Amino acid sequence: MRKTQLFATACALALVAAGCGTSDDNGTTSKTGGTFEVPDLPMLDSLGENEGKVSILAWPGYAEDGSADPAYDWVTPFEKATGCQASIKTFGTSDEAVTLFKTGDYDVVSASGDASLRLIASGDVEPVNTDLVDNYADIYPFLKDRDWNSVDGQMYGVPHGYGANLLMWRTDEVQPAPTSWSSVFEAGSPYAGKITAYDSPIYIADAALYLMNTQPDLAIEHPYSLDEEQLQAAIDVLKVQKEMVSEYWSDYLKEVQAFTTGDSVIGTTWQVIANVAEGENVPVEAILPDEGSTGWSDTWMVGATSENKNCAYAWMNHIVSPEANAAVAEYFGESPANPKACDLTSKGHCETFHAGDEAYADKIWYWTTPIEQCLDGRTDVKCTDYSRWTQAWTEVKG
Amino acid sequence: MDPGVDRGQGLTLSATLHRHPGLRLGLLLTPPMLWLGVAYLGALGALFITSLWGQDSFTGEVQRVWTLDNFRDLFQLEVYRTITMRTLGTAALVTIVDAVVAFPIALYMAKVASPRVQRLLVIAVLMPLWASYLVKAFAWRGMLSERGLVSWLAAPFGLDTPGYGLTATIITLAYLWLPFMIIPIYAGLERLPDSLLEASSDLGARSGHTMRRVVLPMAFPALVAGSIFTFSLSMGDYIAVRIVGGTNQMLGNVVYDNVGAANNLPFAAAVATIPVVIMLVYLAAVRRTGALDNL
Repeated sequence: MRKTQLFATACALALVAAGCGTSDDNGTTSKTGGTFEVPDLPMLDSLGENEGKVSILAWPGYAEDGSADPAYDWVTPFEKATGCQASIKTFGTSDEAVTLFKTGDYDVVSASGDASLRLIASGDVEPVNTDLVDNYADIYPFLKDRDWNSVDGQMYGVPHGYGANLLMWRTDEVQPAPTSWSSVFEAGSPYAGKITAYDSPIYIADAALYLMNTQPDLAIEHPYSLDEEQLQAAIDVLKVQKEMVSEYWSDYLKEVQAFTTGDSVIGTTWQVIANVAEGENVPVEAILPDEGSTGWSDTWMVGATSENKNCAYAWMNHIVSPEANAAVAEYFGESPANPKACDLTSKGHCETFHAGDEAYADKIWYWTTPIEQCLDGRTDVKCTDYSRWTQAWTEVKG
Repeated sequence: MDPGVDRGQGLTLSATLHRHPGLRLGLLLTPPMLWLGVAYLGALGALFITSLWGQDSFTGEVQRVWTLDNFRDLFQLEVYRTITMRTLGTAALVTIVDAVVAFPIALYMAKVASPRVQRLLVIAVLMPLWASYLVKAFAWRGMLSERGLVSWLAAPFGLDTPGYGLTATIITLAYLWLPFMIIPIYAGLERLPDSLLEASSDLGARSGHTMRRVVLPMAFPALVAGSIFTFSLSMGDYIAVRIVGGTNQMLGNVVYDNVGAANNLPFAAAVATIPVVIMLVYLAAVRRTGALDNL
């Protein structure tokens, strides 16, 4: 993807050891600067007997066992094939994922880019020996060794798939059909009071992306790399939006319900939510606006203290197998990580989500943890880190 | 073992306890005191200590170094003042709404209704407590929604549902905590002798006058006792506001978001001390009314 971004992150990672222009004399971890030292954890050398159970922490729709819809079940075949009894817990935001995973109750987690590095830095996940994951070889090369799933060329997980946050609206209430994110950010919307937005600090990036297109003089190059002034501009946009928001969502079922009753008629969403709403005969449509969007590229990671690592590896191998990866990609509405999955998805799915289209994938701004070292490569300013974003988000909600 | 020896030891034990009333009392009080001390005061102490720690902003690990940063943020950032005032205002309004609604009901139960009706009413008042909090909150979400029951009922009068927001939160909380207000007032009014009401009327006071000069002053401590429940329960609530509160957040939500989302336990602990302090002030003020004897 972006060379500068890679470089900046590499710098952030290498700062402690080598110091990219910044010196850290005592050579120990500088815990305050948003840089991090990676704990030295071993990875599995070889696989052994499956332990008989595995505890999965996943985004809603990533580990379906048929209980939501009998047609969608890729957990039961896994259990039958491996003998690993799966228990599944879902989460609504990356922050929730990090907090839950820190309890140590889970063996494997589907982490987005704004969670993965934090889990690596805190030593909650360990490196993954990709040689032990048979299906890893098939995965799109451009998803491997990225700055959100690896450190110094060492993979910390298995890429799952990627997708974009979409703009959804009720077709009976919102006319004409919106084409741009400005329909949820611009003041004086005819749908004021019925707009919804994602309830997480990472949503600030959506406002930053909107500013990238509407206010070029702010010179935002990367929506996760904002200096204080740019962040302030994003906050102002979100404060204007707040006056028009009916409610924020992080529980995807709450959003489905709000669209069903008509309390929300337009706002940000995931494809899976649009699918569920359509399944309940709510007249909604969801698009990826032309100016691009924020999105996710997810990675399955193994807990460092997990006692069921063999089953965890078995799960990672299963979820990127052509069958399971096709099923999950279709159900959640995202591009699979395994090109072979495209032969098994319904016709047009991989075209719709531009699977394997590297240029398209570059238009999506994947969730990334904002850190003090600007991800866009600027060195003359300090960027705002995630704790500042968390505070800003509280301020936006007021 | 020889049962005789056992018996002898049992006798010695009871004799010892009999001879030492202090020991007896100590043994009796130790478990509840431990419970109060460790589980309750200990937890409050741990909360306060945690609030003085810091956090690694990237990994979210708690750093055990003493710092006042959390409290500085809390006092310096305007947003937390706004949220505190909103929480206080909501709790106060819920309490007032409950008091206004509960008083006539309690008065009727205590002074007008026949014993049979009285019993039925007590059951009716307590009945909502048997249902889950969440069920009731979600029921209000459904009723207050667009095209919901409230909007349907209000439509003939040219009104509409208030929608999700503070009004909806106050309605929902007032509904949830109403029994906690009715029962103390009812108990207080029950203790009010009928002879006082008769004496007042014999001396020529009309019922309105009797209400103002006799009933209200005597029921006031009970009213305040009820307000302790409604006020403190509203202060700490974060679920109802998530369900019907729209974009509003209260102190409980800030705590929840800092534990669940930001994983900033020290700051969450600092925020959690605000309601504790407010309740301490409130209880100190309330003590003067004698309401604590009415609990």
